[in-house]
Amino acid sequence: MAIETTTKFYLPEVLPPAGPAPDGRDLEYWQALNQHRIVVQRCNACGNLQMEPEYICYKCHSLDRGWQEVSGKGRIYSWVRIWHPVPQALKDSCPFLVVLVELPDANGLRIAGNLLGDPNQEVVIGAPVEAVFEDHKERGYTLLQWRLVR
Amino acid sequence: MEQNTIKGKAAIVGVGESKYYKRGGSPVSEFALACQAIIAAAEDAGIKVTEIDGLASFAMEQNEPSRVAGGLGLAELNFCNMAWTGGGGVAAAVANAAAAVACGYARYVAVFRALAQGRSFRFGQGTTGPGMAGLMGFTVPYGLTTPAQKIAMRVRRYMHEHRVTQDALAAVSLASYHHAQFNPRAVMYGRPLTREAYDQSRWIVEPFHLYDCCMENDGASAVIVTTAERARDLKQKPAYIMAAAQGSDYRDVHDSENVPDFSSANYKHLARRLYDMAGIAPKDVDVVQSYDHFSGGVVITLAEHGFCHPDELMEFCTLENLTWPNGKLPLNTAGGNLAECYVIGMQLVNEAARQIRGDSTCQVKDAEISMMISGSVTTPASNLILHR
Ligand SMILES: [Zn+2]
Repeated sequence: MAIETTTKFYLPEVLPPAGPAPDGRDLEYWQALNQHRIVVQRCNACGNLQMEPEYICYKCHSLDRGWQEVSGKGRIYSWVRIWHPVPQALKDSCPFLVVLVELPDANGLRIAGNLLGDPNQEVVIGAPVEAVFEDHKERGYTLLQWRLVR
Repeated sequence: MEQNTIKGKAAIVGVGESKYYKRGGSPVSEFALACQAIIAAAEDAGIKVTEIDGLASFAMEQNEPSRVAGGLGLAELNFCNMAWTGGGGVAAAVANAAAAVACGYARYVAVFRALAQGRSFRFGQGTTGPGMAGLMGFTVPYGLTTPAQKIAMRVRRYMHEHRVTQDALAAVSLASYHHAQFNPRAVMYGRPLTREAYDQSRWIVEPFHLYDCCMENDGASAVIVTTAERARDLKQKPAYIMAAAQGSDYRDVHDSENVPDFSSANYKHLARRLYDMAGIAPKDVDVVQSYDHFSGGVVITLAEHGFCHPDELMEFCTLENLTWPNGKLPLNTAGGNLAECYVIGMQLVNEAARQIRGDSTCQVKDAEISMMISGSVTTPASNLILHR
């Protein structure tokens, strides 16, 4: 099980605070992160796993949603290295890496995050990664980050 | 059994545009740009502006129809309609106009889009405002905020799966710049691009260099759509609508990172529907305008429209093949979003129609079938085919 936590921020707190969507569809996901757990949406009627959270199961149309904890082990599915700062407040943070991670124990569902470490490192699709929880205590949320498994 | 189709029932009979400017360069308001484009299209069609009785647009056009109808003094407004989505809605707006005239809701529909990014919203600035809606919480906190960055994620995966390299992206960009050198309307007219300059340009987000990303501009474009019957009596050679389609592939949810077919431009079923309606095959297409906000999306789009197999892209997607006058498939022949003007792709319809009329600045000889594709890695997307 996971996993590492960090109090160091990969990006400075210049972006809007993270957290659930205004309509609350992903509230449980963010609550779990605060407890250093990763959950994906699991349909209580048919067991279908889906992300990002939605108010209905696309397979059986049940509105009865549950949540399933996953391990925090994944593989890099795709990646980008961002050089042009948007917003400008990220100017001193470029370049930085965002990876899309697929979760083998959740039917290959994907979650994005930053890839910790050298922003200029070579990134390999398929490389194994594990979750790191980045606590933003003063702003009241935890971000899910990723680092290479050595 | 007779197929229920728009094929042959409507045509583009006039094209018009404002002057195109760099972002912030327009001396007049976005509303005035819209009016200028519509007036120019009506003049080109040989109809009075006040004969226009329908308005169609897309991408949350801000110049709403009653203001435009009021501003232009239209005698009647009988149809107004907005296609959902952003750049994916261009062809859909034309299709909606075609449906309106074919069904008799309106006689002459102006399809238009105006954009003054110096004055209004800048798409490239992404969405990072307070209260992140929908799916943004899954990307924005990690600095993944703009369309360029999100599309780069999907293009990177596609490049990995199909062994596509930077050369294919460069070819798309260089083709647009090549064609812009013949088009005095183009913002990049007189500013040719070399492969060396492309390679040396800064990264915006890998794998997109600066020249893989569209410009930000001020400008407006418009076309007039009417029935095939009326079109025959008007001033210009009609560009008949042969087919049109709009939609999304299975669960291709906008901004989702969990789209099942992630490394896709969202045209797999759309292209099939388009060809089926037109009754043609990819080899019949003479010239293509493909929405190029980012070069990498165009590469995928061309493969998904059957112009080559994804694994043959490196042989197909070359500057030689994509450029007028000798290329197999001239692409974005007025300069596209990359080098003519970014009017969220509306200007690509004008160019697709000009190719049928024979008055493009990079006129493909004897062009009979002209395709316009809007969107590319956005959803819903749309596409259309024009013919003589
Ligand atoms: Zn279900």
